[in-house]
Amino acid sequence: MSWLLVLPLLIPLTTGILCLVLPGRTAQRVLGLAGALGLLAAGLALLAQVQRLGIQAVQIGNWPAPFGITFVADHLSALMVLVTGVVAVAVALFALAENDQAREGLGYYALGHLLLFGVNGAFLTGDLFNLYVWFEVLLLASFVLMILGGSKAQLAGGVKYFAVSLLSSILFLVAVGLLYGATGALNMADLALRVEKVHPGLLTALSMLFLVAFGLKAAVFPFFFWLPASYPAPPAMISALFAGLLTKVGVYALIRVFTLLFTHDTGFTHSLILWIAGFTLLLGVLMALAQGELRRLLSFQLVSHIGYMLMGLGILTPLALAGSVFYALNHMIVIAALFLLAGLLQRLQGTTVLVRMGGLYGPYPWLAILFLLPAFSLAGLPPFSGFWAKYTLVAAGLQAGQYGIVAVALLVGLLTLLSMGLVFAEVFWKKAPGEVRAAPGGLGGLALPVGLLAVLTLGIGLWAEPLLSLSQAAARELLEPSGYIQAVLGVSR
Amino acid sequence: MEILLSFLVGGLAAVGVYLMLRPHLIQFLIGFLVLGNAANLLIFTAGRLGSQFPPLVQPGGAVLEPYANPLPQALILTAIVIGFALAAFGIVLFYRAQQALGTLNAEAILEVPEPAPAPSPVDEVPAEGVRR
Repeated sequence: MSWLLVLPLLIPLTTGILCLVLPGRTAQRVLGLAGALGLLAAGLALLAQVQRLGIQAVQIGNWPAPFGITFVADHLSALMVLVTGVVAVAVALFALAENDQAREGLGYYALGHLLLFGVNGAFLTGDLFNLYVWFEVLLLASFVLMILGGSKAQLAGGVKYFAVSLLSSILFLVAVGLLYGATGALNMADLALRVEKVHPGLLTALSMLFLVAFGLKAAVFPFFFWLPASYPAPPAMISALFAGLLTKVGVYALIRVFTLLFTHDTGFTHSLILWIAGFTLLLGVLMALAQGELRRLLSFQLVSHIGYMLMGLGILTPLALAGSVFYALNHMIVIAALFLLAGLLQRLQGTTVLVRMGGLYGPYPWLAILFLLPAFSLAGLPPFSGFWAKYTLVAAGLQAGQYGIVAVALLVGLLTLLSMGLVFAEVFWKKAPGEVRAAPGGLGGLALPVGLLAVLTLGIGLWAEPLLSLSQAAARELLEPSGYIQAVLGVSR
Repeated sequence: MEILLSFLVGGLAAVGVYLMLRPHLIQFLIGFLVLGNAANLLIFTAGRLGSQFPPLVQPGGAVLEPYANPLPQALILTAIVIGFALAAFGIVLFYRAQQALGTLNAEAILEVPEPAPAPSPVDEVPAEGVRR
């Protein structure tokens, strides 16, 4: 069996367990970084192998495909795992510099790596019920991370997050049960073969259950209220991890399920997704404009930009799906950088309430540049990665004749720029309400991971071709699932 | 039998949803447990019922011999364990929330003001630590 496929699971699991049994702080900190770097390396190796040999599948315990537990890596999974590694390394570096001894003592590193374990499991699994289990693994880790330290705001946010997650888990479980009842299969490749025989009306009803369950996790239009209530509560290193990874798991699940299983009535299901994408885009950015606290603002921006990923899924052409994949990857990097930067600014000013911030341009001009790189990327200005992501989506939308959503997407890009410009004016240009303090303990360590992510988004923007062609390969595989089915089951459709 | 179980699932789901909509968080948790059981029974029903057969193939027996589908039972077992873990975590979370926020009324918790971000460890002033 291919060890490369299970390495992205084994590395964080081993690291998490070692962090639990080795109580020494130094050991934990070294392990925290080493585990993240190992994950990044494993992600690179996995992508290289997928690139070289095509879709990889592993049957755990050598049980033949529809009966055993399957792990599959196509381009989409491998890319997601790779960028998860990038975010993990950045957050680990930030955590080292943040030096939050209270949370480290409570098991921050162990939980963080168990979260990565769950996230990678969800990206790599080839079985719908296992996807449920992986969701629960990452949810339980995220629940504890969310309330680690136990401040009032964290508990209030944690209760909301917990309640919504329970609801979406149950819906997902019910949906899996009903789909199993209708088809008699759980393996996704096997399901893809069998859904054709299911009554299309029943299949559409089931697809709606999945849409709601994953939509709750991805925080799309009617279901996004919980995210801004909970994500800003924990400290920056944790909310950056959540913002970068957790909602993307929901988006990944939506993309996977709505390209592999539910393509029988795209006129209904995918138009609905397109509408949801439009509302998510608009409402998210409008709410972001109304916020006076940086992390809440970023949370609403996060919600808004989930809409772009759904837009590509809704249009469902090869170019549009490539845009979705590219957008998800680029957004993981950019939003993690912005959340980490919010943590850095909080260290500097003691608050992230915008009216109480200001005057940072004078003493820290390089910090302004560090903010502008990911902020412009989020807004989609060239030459950043966000530009290519939006450009691909808009071009795909124009090709498909979906002018409404293209107009919304462009408008939201402008509003994002406005929102980021307002933040810049508040934080950097405005006169400081009090005196600007020197940062306690220096900023170099905290700025390093933000800088790395910012350079990465600039680098992807300048050399967009490699990642874009990888995204296109992912989109081709998604739209032509026979390769996926062949890799898992060894039979062609 | 399937019809009977379907009604049971529907009834449990109705009770669960009703409880989850109640304002008190303990009622929410109990509602979740009831709804979880409804989901488990639903998977069981969806896997076709065969009450008179064991979920095992006899040693040396032909595979085609009628036997109950073991897969839904394995799925439910997993789901029950996960449900227990979630419920256990929820009880502890709500206990701590009760201590910190002084209430378990969902509406009161929704009105806890904007989640001011947790202070960075370096900035933590003692007075704030005491208040929390």
